[in-house]
Amino acid sequence: MHFSRQAAIVGVHEHETRWAPDKTDFQLAAESARAALADAGLTLKDVDGYFVAGVSGMAPALMCEHLNIRPKVVDSTSIGGTSFLAHAAHAASAIATGRCEVALITYGSTAASRGVAVGTGGRAGYEIPEQYELPYGLTTVAAYALCAQRHMHEFGTTSEQLAEIAVTFRRHASLNPHAKYREPITVEDVLASRMISSPLHLLDCCIISDGAGAVVMTSAARARDCAKPPVWLLGAGETVFHPEAGKRDFMRMAASQTGPIALGQAGVRLEDIDLCMIYDSFTITVLMTLENLGFCKIGEGGAFVSGGRLALDGELPTNTDGGGLSSNHPGMRGIFLIIEATRQLRGECGPRQVPNCRLALAHGTGGTLGTRHGGVTLILGRD
Amino acid sequence: MSEWRKPVPRVDAESKPFWEACRRHELYLQRCRACQEFYYYPRNTCPYCLGSDVEWVRLSGRGTVYTFTVTYQHGGEGFRDEVPFVIAYVELEGTGGVKMLTNVVECDPAQVRIGMPVEVTFRDVNDELAIPVFRPRGE
Repeated sequence: MHFSRQAAIVGVHEHETRWAPDKTDFQLAAESARAALADAGLTLKDVDGYFVAGVSGMAPALMCEHLNIRPKVVDSTSIGGTSFLAHAAHAASAIATGRCEVALITYGSTAASRGVAVGTGGRAGYEIPEQYELPYGLTTVAAYALCAQRHMHEFGTTSEQLAEIAVTFRRHASLNPHAKYREPITVEDVLASRMISSPLHLLDCCIISDGAGAVVMTSAARARDCAKPPVWLLGAGETVFHPEAGKRDFMRMAASQTGPIALGQAGVRLEDIDLCMIYDSFTITVLMTLENLGFCKIGEGGAFVSGGRLALDGELPTNTDGGGLSSNHPGMRGIFLIIEATRQLRGECGPRQVPNCRLALAHGTGGTLGTRHGGVTLILGRD
Repeated sequence: MSEWRKPVPRVDAESKPFWEACRRHELYLQRCRACQEFYYYPRNTCPYCLGSDVEWVRLSGRGTVYTFTVTYQHGGEGFRDEVPFVIAYVELEGTGGVKMLTNVVECDPAQVRIGMPVEVTFRDVNDELAIPVFRPRGE
């Protein structure tokens, strides 16, 4: 079974803020919800499905209380920063089966202004597997660096190749008025930035910002009456990867499983994709995701990302908003992948618009590549 | 024994034998008698068949570095003052390729390489607990 244009994204909003010390996480999320509903030409009263991540505890109850809504469907699937892509898939299923008609997905975070060291703070919490990790000082950066180091060893991938990813996305950010960092950088700048966890330098790592976003989805019938043209969710795949009881090949990630499923549902091929939105927690995340999705063979990602292929004017424009490496990363970036893809498919992106963008692939990797990560692929298309 | 300021493992019913062996400075892993597969981390149902017929097996403690990272920035208590230090996955000898997250110690971080032979050693947390880490060994 596939979605076959049964559910559409009809409203999106990415909060302009990157620094909001005088606001709460809930306030940012509510402001984006208001703007995304307005974008769709809908109101809070229309919302009967609600999806949220990044809120601890009884998340849907807390946020529904804040928004003062009583939806028919709630979901707080929490698989790291990619959670919101899973929410979009779940919302599409709920809409397709008639369990709800208007789904709202929200996110808000003041990670930067609260001084959260997202990548290097050392992790709290004591889930069962963490007793075998926390005593060794595994940070989020280190967990991705373990994969990067192995990739370099097995395939000869270089720091220069990883750096080109950061340089390309910074160039895209320079075209995005809301991006946190817009000054162009060079490969040399990346290599000269301080080492955080080898082989990942500071500029191989996503930034930390405040931020928020919201997405509104509805049925095909209802979408026709909305303010903006529908962006269809054509296919979705989700899973979680983990150390597999110690036997995992760390060069393989969730994208290897979710990509083919999503493409198959949509009935499209990688060659048809006009835009990629890839969760760029780190440069290595992008390189390995493209490999695992099948854009190139595993091990060939270094060559694949070279020569400007991911640039706006390249063969495979990727992260046109500047990504988490330059635009915004409040801790969980997945929702921004959906928002930028939607805006590109609508043709709203001004100087960073991909010409005639008809089909987009968004892939989120949440959690940590070197231990447990969630992966979700979405295929989005316009009429 | 110097004061341990890093996170202390929260020992549970399934991990107790593993940590008790570590306290004796011995490295044990579980193996499913039906599947004959070693696995890590410890759990009392086999992650291949969900069976409960699993046994504890003492390992040689030798291994090779599968991958590693030298961490230069860490905000956590006990690590902040220790940077740079090495976090690694070590492939454990005699386990059919089981990899264990650990630290590589007692060497210059710049000398650590993938494929490097290492052997287990232990860092005593207190009288009840010791953490398995790895140091270079001869070929």
